[in-house]
Formats: sequence, C-alpha cells, structure tokens
Amino acid sequence: MIAMLLLASCASVALGADSAEAARQRAEQVMRKSFATATAEQWNTRLAQDQTQALCSRYHDAPPQEAASEIAAQAHRSMRYPRDGNLIGNWREGEKLASMTTGGHLSTIQPEPDDHRHGGNCYACHALAAEEVAAGDLGPSLTHYGKLRGTSPEAAKFVYEKIYNAQASFPCSRMPRFGHNGWLTPEQIADTVAFLLDPESPVNK
Amino acid sequence: MMALRSSAGRWGCRLALAAAAAATVLALARSATGQDSHALEQVQKYRQMLEEGNPAELSQARGEELWAMRRGPKHATLELCDLGLGPGRLEGAYAQLPRYFADTGRVQDVESRLVTCMTALQGLSYEQAIKDWYKPESELEALATYVSAKSKGVRIEVPAAQPAEAEMYAVGEALFFRRSGPLDFSCATCHSQTQRHVRLQRAPDFLNGADARDSMTRWPAYRASQGEVWTLERRLIDCIRQMRWPEPRYQSDALIALEVFLQKQANGGVMEAPSIKP
Repeated sequence: MIAMLLLASCASVALGADSAEAARQRAEQVMRKSFATATAEQWNTRLAQDQTQALCSRYHDAPPQEAASEIAAQAHRSMRYPRDGNLIGNWREGEKLASMTTGGHLSTIQPEPDDHRHGGNCYACHALAAEEVAAGDLGPSLTHYGKLRGTSPEAAKFVYEKIYNAQASFPCSRMPRFGHNGWLTPEQIADTVAFLLDPESPVNK
Repeated sequence: MMALRSSAGRWGCRLALAAAAAATVLALARSATGQDSHALEQVQKYRQMLEEGNPAELSQARGEELWAMRRGPKHATLELCDLGLGPGRLEGAYAQLPRYFADTGRVQDVESRLVTCMTALQGLSYEQAIKDWYKPESELEALATYVSAKSKGVRIEVPAAQPAEAEMYAVGEALFFRRSGPLDFSCATCHSQTQRHVRLQRAPDFLNGADARDSMTRWPAYRASQGEVWTLERRLIDCIRQMRWPEPRYQSDALIALEVFLQKQANGGVMEAPSIKP
C-alpha cells in the first residue's frame, strides 16, 4: 500500500516535471514563430539559450544543488581579466558606465540609431553614489561599498568577478553576466570596480 | 459621451487638468521619495483626481465612434463583433480576455480579436486593420481602449477550461521565466520581487496576486512618460525591447501567451482601465 502511494507520488511528480518540460518545448515553438522576423544572428545572440540560461529558466532561478554547482563551476571557468592585471581602473570612467543605459536595443517601433555603446546601467538596479536619487532597488544598495570593503586585492577580485560573472558566487543571479556575455570589456569592468572601491569615487563620499 | 463632445470648452479644461496631473504623476515617478508607501499614497490621490481628466478618454471616445462606424468593402460596423460573450456583447468582454475562439481556433487577446472582427465583418485586410497600430492615430489602440472601458468595475476572470487556454497559460508561464540575451533577462528578472523599482519606476511583482491585480486592471493606460496611450501588447513589446530581444510579431502567440499568464495572475482584480501610469 505504501509502495503504491510512493509510486503514485513519484508518478505525479514525474508527470508534473513532464508537463513543465512539455510547456517549455511548446514555448520554444511559440518563440520561433513569434520571433520569425529575427535574423539567424539575432536569434543566436539574443534568443537562443546557453546551458546556464536554460537551467535557470527551468528552475525559475532557484536551481537545486547539483545544477547550482555546475552553473557556478562554469562561471568560475569563464573569468577573464584585464591584460595588465589591474583590477581597479579609473573610477571616472566607471561612473559614466554606471549611468549609461544604452546599447543593444533592437526595435522598429522605437529605433535608436545611436545605441552602439554598451553601458552598465548599474543605477537601474542599485543605489550607488548617494547624490544620485534615481536609483533602483532590484539589487542591494552599493552606497559606500568601498568604505566597507576596502581596496585589497581580495576585495578587488571579489567585486571584479561579481561584475564579470555574478553566477560564480550566486547561481542564477538576476545580475547580467557583463564580462562573460561580452557586454563590457575586462578594462571597463576594472573601471567599474574603481567606481565602487576607490575612496575618491562618489560612491564612497 | 455626446455631452462631452458637444462641449469643446469642457474637453479643453479636462485636457489642461489631465496634462497638469499627468506631469505631476511623472514628476512623482522621478522624485526622490524615500518610502514606496508614501509615493503610492500620492499616486492614489492623483488617480482619483485624474478620473475626470484622463487623456486616454480621448482614445476611448474615438474607439466608440469607430465601433459604430460603417467601414470597409462590407460597409459594416463592428457592432456584431464577438469578443467572447456573444456578438456585440461589450460589457465585461475585456475582463475575460484572452480566451479561445472556435471560429479562429486560436486563443486571442482583445487586439487580435478586434482584427478578426475588422477583417470578417468589415472586409478590411489584415494590413489595413493593424495599420499604424502603435502610432498616436492608431485605430486599434482607440478600439481597445473603448472595449476596456466597457469592463470597468468587472472582475478579471480569464477562462482556463479549454485545452488551448490551459496550454497558453503554461507557455506564458514558461516564457515569463525564460532567460536569454546579452543581459540574461527574463520577465522574472524585474518582475518577481515585491516593492522593487527599476530606477524609480515601480516594477510590479507578477508572482504576487495583489501586485498583478493592481497592474493588469489598469491596462490600456495613458503613459505619462511617453505621452501616449499604450495597449498591453505595446507595453509588452517595449519590455522586450529593454530586454535586448528582437521585436516579436504584433499579435503573435508569445505575446498572447504572456497576456494569458499575466491576466490569470490578476484574476479577481476589478477593472479600472483606461488609466494613467507613469
């Protein structure tokens, strides 16, 4: 009797998982048809999913242990650093990147001809310099971050890797994988690290 | 409606009031309010004020005219259009969309269903029906706004009985969590935490019933930041633009599936549309 109940519950869990998988497969078909006007390049760079994206989607960003470990391991392997090895760059350049909202928009309804430069758009999700009140809160406040963390090599590495690929420390993090995805260069990330850690940066005033 | 149109002065006053109020809503959205509850209180106060002078009412009035206008090769009105409750039945129709329609074999939202009626009843071509759909002179936007107003006070209740409806809900949910693109965004990236903001704009948590109801009962809306009335599809397409995805086809299943998911999350919410949003 207990065996039957266990089998039944296993079956229903499997069915639940199967129907979620069926929905995902159907969703992929829907995506193909609904984005049929996208070029192959646009599909591959913006709509196709890599393994991390597929896993995070499947688990609604709460991956179980095994998947989380795999995602973190891949993320650690993905890290690339600036050629000169300097992880703390120019905070003035980082400040610009933090405010820039541009880059990568595709639209016929609302085209943006001068949309080439990629910004970090950090203020969309984070409070940074206290003087900037138009800051989001999807992510934690980073005001005075450098004051709290200091500028040691360990601190710089931690922050750099967070920005390069946040999923190394938090699998399925909401934060874009700025370095891994090629959105920001290692040098740009080093400048952003400086915006966060440099004592002269407005973030730490 | 007739009384409104007969008094240009009253419309002028309402427009001035609406413009001032819309500017205030916009200013609130960008102001440094520390507490979300304080900001919400302010916005709610202005919502009541704006009931009298919402620029979306112009769109609504135009939609009402278009509904009764003889057009197309068939020289017919839309007055027999079936939006899910029977031919010509407008009251409450928006609140039960999207839903499955046997005549098209599709789950359809209000915008695609209006196109079905414009082509079938009036003989307009698909291209004519969706012409300039996202522009200020858009007929579909005016008609959708009018249809939404006919559901004021009605609770959202999206049907899920038909297999196609259940499937579209499941697809919509999968799409809501689907991450892709150079910034790894899904809808859930911004819309799965409560009381959060992108910059200073509140991002409703669509996994939270109260948030979903508050948001979905108020589309279509005059968006103060854009100075335009936006339908729900227009809004979703703009989200997708910000996600750095390519543009989906207008009225495609991806958009309708997402609408099924979002509307169902908002089931029970009382329709207030058309509204004003920041």
